[in-house]
Amino acid sequence: MTLFIEQCLNGLQFGLLLFLLAAGLTLVFGIMDLVNLAHGSLYMLGAYFAATFVAWTGSFVFGVVLALGATLMVGMVVEVIVMRRLYGRDHLDHVLGTFGLILFFDELVRLIWGPEGLTLPLPSWLNTSVQILPGVDYSAYKLSIIVVSLAVAAFLYVLVMRTRVGMLIRAGASNREMVGALGVNIKLLYTLVFGLGAALAGLAGLMQAPILTVQIGMGENILILAFVITVIGGIGSIRGALVAAILVGFIDTLGRAFFPDLLRMVLTKEAASTAAPALSSMLIYLLMAIVLVVKPEGLFSASGK
Amino acid sequence: MADLLRVENLAKRFGGIVATDDLILNIPEGELHAVIGPNGAGKTTLIAQLSGQLAPDSGRIYFAGSDITAEPMHARSALGLARSFQITSLFLDLSVLDNVALAVQAHAGHSFHFWRNARQEAELRDPARAALARVGLSARADLPASAISHGEHRQLELAMALACRPRMLLLDEPMAGLGPEESSRMVATLRELKKELTILLVEHDMEAVFALADRITVLVYGGVIASGKPEDIRSNAQVREAYLGEQEAVHA
Amino acid sequence: MSGWLSVRSIAIVALVLALVLLPVYVELGGSRFLLTLFTRIIILALAAVSLNLILGYGGMMSFGHAAYLGIGGYAVGILAHEGVSTGFVQWPVALAASALFALVIGALSLRTRGVYFIMITLAFAQMAYYIVAGLARYGGDDGLTIYKRSQFVAPIDLSNKVEFYYICLALLVGSMYLVWRIVNSRFGLAIQGARSNDTRMRAIGFPTYRYKLTCFVIAGTLCGLAGALIANHTDFVSPAMMYWTRSGDLIIMVVLGGMASTFGPLFGAVALLVLEEVLSGITEYWQIILGPLLLLVVLFARGGIDGLLGKVHHG
Repeated sequence: MTLFIEQCLNGLQFGLLLFLLAAGLTLVFGIMDLVNLAHGSLYMLGAYFAATFVAWTGSFVFGVVLALGATLMVGMVVEVIVMRRLYGRDHLDHVLGTFGLILFFDELVRLIWGPEGLTLPLPSWLNTSVQILPGVDYSAYKLSIIVVSLAVAAFLYVLVMRTRVGMLIRAGASNREMVGALGVNIKLLYTLVFGLGAALAGLAGLMQAPILTVQIGMGENILILAFVITVIGGIGSIRGALVAAILVGFIDTLGRAFFPDLLRMVLTKEAASTAAPALSSMLIYLLMAIVLVVKPEGLFSASGK
Repeated sequence: MADLLRVENLAKRFGGIVATDDLILNIPEGELHAVIGPNGAGKTTLIAQLSGQLAPDSGRIYFAGSDITAEPMHARSALGLARSFQITSLFLDLSVLDNVALAVQAHAGHSFHFWRNARQEAELRDPARAALARVGLSARADLPASAISHGEHRQLELAMALACRPRMLLLDEPMAGLGPEESSRMVATLRELKKELTILLVEHDMEAVFALADRITVLVYGGVIASGKPEDIRSNAQVREAYLGEQEAVHA
Repeated sequence: MSGWLSVRSIAIVALVLALVLLPVYVELGGSRFLLTLFTRIIILALAAVSLNLILGYGGMMSFGHAAYLGIGGYAVGILAHEGVSTGFVQWPVALAASALFALVIGALSLRTRGVYFIMITLAFAQMAYYIVAGLARYGGDDGLTIYKRSQFVAPIDLSNKVEFYYICLALLVGSMYLVWRIVNSRFGLAIQGARSNDTRMRAIGFPTYRYKLTCFVIAGTLCGLAGALIANHTDFVSPAMMYWTRSGDLIIMVVLGGMASTFGPLFGAVALLVLEEVLSGITEYWQIILGPLLLLVVLFARGGIDGLLGKVHHG
């Protein structure tokens, strides 16, 4: 039972991490109509920056804040130099152009930090367990990921639904010309939105760094999941991204943890151990396929939040 | 004369907006029926529902006696109900002739033919050229559709609708954006077509409407406020107030 | 093509001639490596030709095309591993498996448009990658070595490098011809119409879904053939063949070479792979150059090489 609770929390934590990533992706697409494959590169940079700055400054918190700032800046620079030229173009152009950026960033990281990858050790005050229920201990750090992610989700909700800026974001999503006609500086708005997306990706990257990985290509691996979530949730919908992300997080984590056992009950031990890893990884795509059949535009589609 | 198109209690809402309000329409075969009304009256929405692009919330549509309310676009097209678009919707990167030939191909059986060069098939090219000739675009046949003028786009629209050899045409503002000379050419073309087809004409150009229509229906806020012969419509007080009055004020 | 002596025609003839004569050149003392490189280029050009059918002509931005390279390749690899070395079984299985996968994926994905379609084809191809990587019996992540190439009847001997090269070249030319006939047929015009304006196609009476799905299956099958070839070429298959960035490589080839043109995919494959060779000779970090280069092509030379060659004639 404790294992089950622990895995549920893991699923929630993973899902929320994915939400941060998917939120940035869906925001940028919903508002600027831009497909950004290099979103994963920003995720990777967040992790690399964090590992580097934490090592330099000796302080976890300080290093993390610097890393977030650095990723935000990289995001905005990329927006000004590259993305501005892609707005309004065919989606294929976006795909190709940002794919070129992936190649560039992967190689740049390899050039600067080498091919080996980095580690980001947890500071001692985070490297403990917390008793959340009698008899159930859970990693303090993973708990803090959950808390931070939920805080960010709440922040996004308030930002998009209750502030003037958020209103502009939502209006921009539905009517670009009108927002421009209102005298709002669209260029600046777009740069800020893209920066926000970059910061979200960077945050996700640096938060998972101590417990998962800091290596080249990590962005590409997780980008797929972000895409799946965006499809399931509906492009442009942050609410959809949250629901879909948590769903995907649960299914993937619980699936990998318990599906092999389920299989073993039905198949022979050997067959189960052969099929289990392959089938577990398929579960999310199965979910996506089902959503596609039932509701092709996503669960919470269009410009709704 | 039996009704070729019969619309019963058609209704469509978009959120709080009533686009089509309990609409009833009956068009006998051979008639040119004009639908007029101020902007936002729901004319294009009506055509979208008749052609199958949009599903109505309630009501029925009958064409040649059968209920087509649930039929998809391509099925209605196959039954002989063709439409033209108000906003240019062509195959801009293909040639003018290719555009019309595609319309012909749509009605020449299935397209699971992988080998023969379709651009050399007389079965497709000849009717396409004939349709182009009827609207006066023969000289532009081999140009990419993106290279011809707006007025010629409207003519091409019409040619494509004709290539399907329909029984009935749904024309959504064929005159949109045409100059005086192009307009009178279009009116002349439509007058010829009238002899062989049933036409539902949505238009703003009142001259053209009164020159061509056998009967007129006036739409305001999605609902019919008047329907009848042109003389009756012209003298209908309600209509004048809602619509024609505006127009005349503008022209004055 | 306008006239026999256009720049584009000359370039095509020169390239084809060079490809046909390459083994002769190698025989006469040229580097053996060229033969290996160009066999690979030809096989990937075949894959690019298949992608061009759905991407260039059909407007379907599939980001999962490399999956078929893997499926075709693994069909050969798995059968070889299980003792079935005859090409007469392996290759039809490779084609059938690719066709089936394309049918299922296409049926689901084509219910969507635009960005959704890109993301979905990407995701499904990755799914295939993970499945294959999870097959421990067939090497999993490490891949599977193929000890014996596909056996056909004498005189066909795929382990003879020169013979293999010409077989690949013949298959490439055959596919290019096939695609050329397809795109100019009624089917091809329907596909191009759907690319140009799908709504209008349906309005005039085409049920576009079934045509696009058929096109998708044809393209997947053809790419499966390329997969079978590449398995024979490298004597090895691994999940990496199907990783989504490989799909990106194929798209680059198609766009770089010139979409919706017969020879574009070949230009693209040659350009990309030769460029890779040249650049990696200059620096280990050659992708730092390739990335921005791709971006520049997208922004300024969208018609690709084929487009540029056409311009030179008119320019």
